[in-house]
Amino acid sequence: MKREIGGGPPVAELENIHLSFGGLQALQDVSVAVKPRERLAIIGPNGAGKSSLFNIISGIYTPSSGTIRHKGGARPARMKPYEVARLGIARTFQNIALFSGMTALDNIMTGRNSLMRRGVLGEALQLPWARRQEIEHRRRAEEIIDFLEIPSVRRTPVGELPYGMQKRVELGRALAAEPELLLLDEPMAGMNLEEKEDMCRFVLDVNEIHGTTLILVEHDMGVVMDISDRVAVFDYGRKIADAPPDDVRRDQAVIDAYLGTAHEH
Amino acid sequence: MFYRETGQYKTTYAADRAIFPIRQDRVAFAVLLLVAFVAIPLLANEYWLRSVLTPVLVFSLAAIGLNILTGYTGQLSLGTAAFMAVGAFAAYNLEVRVPEVPFLVSFVVAGLAAAGVGILFGLPSLRIKGFYLAVATLAAQFFIEWLFTHVGWFTNYSTSGVITAPPMTLLGFSFESAESRYLLTLCIVVVMAVMAKNMVRSELGRAWMAVRDMDIAAEAIGINLMKTKLTAFAVSSFYCGVAGALWAYVYLGTVEPQAFDVLRSFEILFMVIIGGLGSILGSFLGAAFIVLLPIFIANASGIFGDALSAETIAHLEFVIFGGLIIVFLVVEPRGLARLWQIVKEKLRLWPFPY
Repeated sequence: MKREIGGGPPVAELENIHLSFGGLQALQDVSVAVKPRERLAIIGPNGAGKSSLFNIISGIYTPSSGTIRHKGGARPARMKPYEVARLGIARTFQNIALFSGMTALDNIMTGRNSLMRRGVLGEALQLPWARRQEIEHRRRAEEIIDFLEIPSVRRTPVGELPYGMQKRVELGRALAAEPELLLLDEPMAGMNLEEKEDMCRFVLDVNEIHGTTLILVEHDMGVVMDISDRVAVFDYGRKIADAPPDDVRRDQAVIDAYLGTAHEH
Repeated sequence: MFYRETGQYKTTYAADRAIFPIRQDRVAFAVLLLVAFVAIPLLANEYWLRSVLTPVLVFSLAAIGLNILTGYTGQLSLGTAAFMAVGAFAAYNLEVRVPEVPFLVSFVVAGLAAAGVGILFGLPSLRIKGFYLAVATLAAQFFIEWLFTHVGWFTNYSTSGVITAPPMTLLGFSFESAESRYLLTLCIVVVMAVMAKNMVRSELGRAWMAVRDMDIAAEAIGINLMKTKLTAFAVSSFYCGVAGALWAYVYLGTVEPQAFDVLRSFEILFMVIIGGLGSILGSFLGAAFIVLLPIFIANASGIFGDALSAETIAHLEFVIFGGLIIVFLVVEPRGLARLWQIVKEKLRLWPFPY
């Protein structure tokens, strides 16, 4: 399938972002943009600022300075995470952050909450609109459950699911919001080869079928080089490279900083 | 053997999300309603209706209220009795000042007043969680009790500080007898319990539970934490407010603010914990357990006859009561509702081991 990357303003664009915690500079003068339908990977050693970048995009952190643009328009300096989510930006977390007391189905349904209407009395009395809304969104949630191949666990409380399944449910919850931009924080971490292959397939399908723009933080270089269109490399809070995978692989600064200097065995 | 859903296929999402998707459950629930509405008023005596079953129902309602806040939304509260007091005094004051208001309307106003106060004391929950929030709600408990004790307006300047609930009449019918009061309470509690069940199985309930389980992820998926928490406080307090008005009107008759002291808050918290956090059914089971257990212990201790002094027996009752609570919590920390769930799972296979 041929994908059209670009066309229109970047889905998310960070410009000269600084972030500091007290004296610690987590991010220094970072600029990065992701085009519609693009797959951008972010790599870097621990503490390079990858997760901080995600937290800035999703509104959990507010940058000390710099501008964030959403589809060409500047975002307000302070946005609550739920407001960011309503722009069509969904994310997963490095350490699974599922709603552990709820079933897989309810977790995925919760992903659709921001698309649903809230009316306390209507929901309490199950007025026709409330009933219709539940059923309509259930149908969409079931599509995601089928897509992720998890129908057998839909009634299982997610706390009881194995790790790989939990990762899938978390992806499902993010997809349920029908995001334009999906932030995946180490989606392959802790998985075996087969689980990684499944996850890659899901992620690529989401990107190619729905045209969802992806930013992923990932440590598995094989995965990063295989699935991303572009790789941004971070080190000590700075972006040190931003290029297609093959160029990044050959970039001397990246090799020195992250992949390690070559030496004989 | 009898409790099987085999052959009961659900072909629509509407059927799948029914409150009782299994036919046997629907039959059992219908029988239960029949017993509660017909058999009990016919068979139970005055003492059981007035002093046991009606309090169980009122406490169930309060426990549902607290369960919405603590069990479903994860916001620990020790101010339940205060919100009940707001309901009781709001209903009283409305009827004293505007006597022509029907008592059912004043019950709704009681709920709304409690909801308003609940939102106010829920504001700290936007910044603090867990035990710290519990302490903040404890402040609500002490402040409201003090307010109703010391500000005469709330008791209509009654010299004793006690309010007397006006009689309840509806379309010329006066709710005087134990049966009528029990049935009135039952109707209100059943309707409100169904409404609570509907809320927790809809968009709103999922938002509450998301906040409880992982608030950062909830916000990142588009849930407005402030709105969701305050809605939980409002709905929870509404339930407590109506329960408080019922407690004053249907059960006590004359009320002093100390009827809603911190011990009452703890009692309802115990009901929720023993019944099962995050379960509407558990709220009923917990309330029944806490009200009925002392009665059974008292009856059981009668077999000792004169061998023990009345004082010793009274103390023993407390010891046994406390001991049983601990035993239940050790056996099943997730409460009676979870025990019931396990029984149902076993029943599906019975009489086969698997």
